[in-house]
Amino acid sequence: MRSESIKSPLLQLQKVRKIFPGVLALDDVDFSARRGEIHAIMGENGAGKSTLIKVLTGAYPRDGGRMMLDGAEIAPRSPQEAQRLGISTVYQEVNLIPSLSVAENIFLGRQPTRWGRIDWRQIRRRAQAALERLDLSIDVGRQLSSYSIAIQQMVAIARAIDISARLLILDEPTSSLDANEVQRLFAVMRKLRDEGMAIIFVSHFLDQIYAITDRITVLRNGRLIGEYPTSQLSRQDLIARMMGRELADLDVQLQQEESGQRDSHQSISMRDIIGRGIIPSPGTRGEGHGGGFLSTPNQSSAPSPALPRSTGGGSEMPSPILRARSLGRSGSIQPFDLEIGAGEVIGLAGLLGSGRSEMARLLFGIDVADSGDIEIGGRKRVFRQPRQAIALGLAFCPEDRKTSGIIPELSIRENIVLALQARGGLFKSLSRARQDEIASGYIKALGIATPSAEQSIGNLSGGNQQKAILARWLAADPRLLILDEPTRGIDVGAKAEIQKLVLSLCRQGTAIVFISSELEEVVRVSDRVLVLRDRALVGQLRGAAISEQAIMQTIAQERPAEVAR
Amino acid sequence: MKRLRLDQRHVPLAATLVVCVLLYVLTGLQYPSFFSPLVLADLFSDNARLDIAALGSTFVILSGGIDLSVASVMALATMFMATAVERFHLHPAIAIVLTLFVGCGVGYLNGALIHFFDLPPFLVTLATLFLARGCCFLISMSPVAAESPFFQSFGEAGLHLGTITLHLGTIVFAGVAIVCIYAAHLTRFGRTVYAMGGNEQAARLMGLAVGKTKVLVYVFGGLAAALAGIMAMANIPSGDPLNYLGQELDVIAAVVIGGTVLTGGVGYLAGTVLGVLILGIMQDFITFGNRDAAWTQITTGLLLFVFVAMQTVLGRWKPGQRQKLWTRRTSTQSIGITS
Ligand SMILES: Nc1ncnc2c1ncn2[C@@H]1O[C@H](COP(=O)(O)OP(=O)(O)OP(=O)(O)O)[C@@H](O)[C@H]1O
Ligand SMILES: [Mg+2]
Repeated sequence: MRSESIKSPLLQLQKVRKIFPGVLALDDVDFSARRGEIHAIMGENGAGKSTLIKVLTGAYPRDGGRMMLDGAEIAPRSPQEAQRLGISTVYQEVNLIPSLSVAENIFLGRQPTRWGRIDWRQIRRRAQAALERLDLSIDVGRQLSSYSIAIQQMVAIARAIDISARLLILDEPTSSLDANEVQRLFAVMRKLRDEGMAIIFVSHFLDQIYAITDRITVLRNGRLIGEYPTSQLSRQDLIARMMGRELADLDVQLQQEESGQRDSHQSISMRDIIGRGIIPSPGTRGEGHGGGFLSTPNQSSAPSPALPRSTGGGSEMPSPILRARSLGRSGSIQPFDLEIGAGEVIGLAGLLGSGRSEMARLLFGIDVADSGDIEIGGRKRVFRQPRQAIALGLAFCPEDRKTSGIIPELSIRENIVLALQARGGLFKSLSRARQDEIASGYIKALGIATPSAEQSIGNLSGGNQQKAILARWLAADPRLLILDEPTRGIDVGAKAEIQKLVLSLCRQGTAIVFISSELEEVVRVSDRVLVLRDRALVGQLRGAAISEQAIMQTIAQERPAEVAR
Repeated sequence: MKRLRLDQRHVPLAATLVVCVLLYVLTGLQYPSFFSPLVLADLFSDNARLDIAALGSTFVILSGGIDLSVASVMALATMFMATAVERFHLHPAIAIVLTLFVGCGVGYLNGALIHFFDLPPFLVTLATLFLARGCCFLISMSPVAAESPFFQSFGEAGLHLGTITLHLGTIVFAGVAIVCIYAAHLTRFGRTVYAMGGNEQAARLMGLAVGKTKVLVYVFGGLAAALAGIMAMANIPSGDPLNYLGQELDVIAAVVIGGTVLTGGVGYLAGTVLGVLILGIMQDFITFGNRDAAWTQITTGLLLFVFVAMQTVLGRWKPGQRQKLWTRRTSTQSIGITS
């Protein structure tokens, strides 16, 4: 298909080194990217992927090494310089200006001018066109912040693609995208690759890596592990190289842990975990079924897909801790009834804009309901503010960690104990020893990569920030915990840990509402799945009836045309 | 096809405009002489000084910073100019150019300290506030009268349109306003200022020239303050080291009333012009009615309350979430899930 001749190295990094206080983030890493290839950088959270990219684009100064672009040595001192050299980048977090319009965000810094003045009409037109390449048609004149994170991410991608660069870098661009969007992005990426562009792609979704990339570079703890053609590296080997352990070791270790902790007849092997959603199977992300060695079809691996738990058979209803009756908000979500029992995990599934987050926001009092009521502990409540919900033992871990999650200046410890401490009131304080204990406990449990708990959280890698936020809510020990996309941007190993923690929490009686765009994950952890469509609750699946297939069918029923279009 | 929809971003500006017009009409109804074109012309020329300084500060605030040294720089400009002409017998044109340089110099000092040493703008400009004021006293402890015929003509210059005179101050202010609005909306510099104020980190990663723009913004702030000082000489031809004490707060008040958000990234230059007008009309209302000057301060305070409250409310308000944004081409298999 593509001629091999154009695949000469465009970018070469030699012995690149980056030191943060207490962290050797890049330890003499070599890297090269060729024209006409899509090159993945893989590694666990905190392995140094984003740091490598930021050093390459001049966002961070480097502490050693050489960088060559097209044979010439480069040393960009700012992203601006890198952009001028033909390097276009989407950084890990959506890095755009929320207060400006979509169109302006796409053209900031490179606005077309006419007679010295910015040509706004052309900007709008070309922004529209740039988004249409990704099949996205939105009003480009509106403020960026009025759109969902997924759309913001698409806008960032559109901007990067529109800068006709020699080298395109995408750092976890797909973390909030759904399968369609990913496919559209991939189509554009393939086209650019075939035109001779070099593309660097970072993602924690193995299916995406195998669907789109030609070559994989693996990093671990800031060190280069190796570079491999994608077709010659099995998933098993890839994971082993990322984690630094042989898969077999891990298998045994996990089994031991499982049998130690759970009176389960169904101990889980690594293979099961991979087949059942810790690593997404090709069904939802990436390309069609089959192929991959580890993509065990989900249905075959489990008679009852929800993990067995001591909360009983699942059929009898535990006493409800929250009951919502025809709770709704016009324009947001249609009235729904909901009962959540102690120790129950409720998964929310639905298509884009189906109202999952809206439902969560209503339950937590971020949006005020205009119909129906909530009953907690046998009394009716009206939530006008999240504070009221928190006081009653509800907790909400929001989707958008950057704006509503971390407090970047505070340390990891302080961020983790925040919710727990807030519950104690303004003047009661948690002893320092207890704080340290909690923080270090979660740092270990979730594998947060950091030199110490006193590191400020803003310095953590993206995935590790997500883990810390999650730890905050897990530590708060709420009665009902709402998790909106808790595993976004989190690496393979940590996902399993998080799912385990979620399950152990609800064994202690916490009810959990679990929102995730990865269906396998929803299937795996949920006792009950609520299916939403068009901002309404359209179905419920329980126990053994829960499967990806069933969820998809519920979404599709009565409306096949819409989904199949 | 064209929808008449008030963009969320335009609401504060619209509100300022409504308040300004209301105030003008109310004052006019109370004191009919207020409607005379003469008074209107005076309203502009009296406030030209504050206007010019506030336009400069608007850029600073839009970029996410703050400039507390404005009033001191204005005073320094009057002192410097008066001394240069009176004592050193410099040609006024040269004195003007030199004064503008002084303004730029203080601005550059602000910008450079903030950018190169990554210091907080509030503290840096607080320091230059004292520095510039100190320099005023260094030049002279007492007012310096500028009796040169130049200042005489300076004050009388203007465009005579029938009975009304457009004073030089008004003309310069109009020129500055046009340049500012043009720069803010139609140049990359202006857009970078907005972007920085919106999210500086992101602006940097987007490859915008954040550092350069930041320094430039403060230089422009200083330049505008110096120009404001020079224009003030047209009204009162003297330099006074005690001039404009505390007026940096008037400037900030005008910018905020004009709808610019203090944290940066959102606002309009035209809003600042309206903000200054609102303060001016209020002042006139109080002087026309021979009311106590205390009321100026009190009403400014109240207005600020109202506008800040309004901005907060508008900031929280999200336009009715309309979805159906996607041209969806889905296969039955793909199950895109995002809320
Ligand atoms: N600004 C910073 N200050 C201090 N340490 C940092 C900073 N940025 C990153 N680090 C550290 O450098 C290491 C590598 O981080 P990096 O962001 O490159 O990880 P990553 O591979 O992109 O992980 P993820 O998959 O979570 O995005 C981490 O240990 C992180 O804590
Ligand atoms: Mg990263």
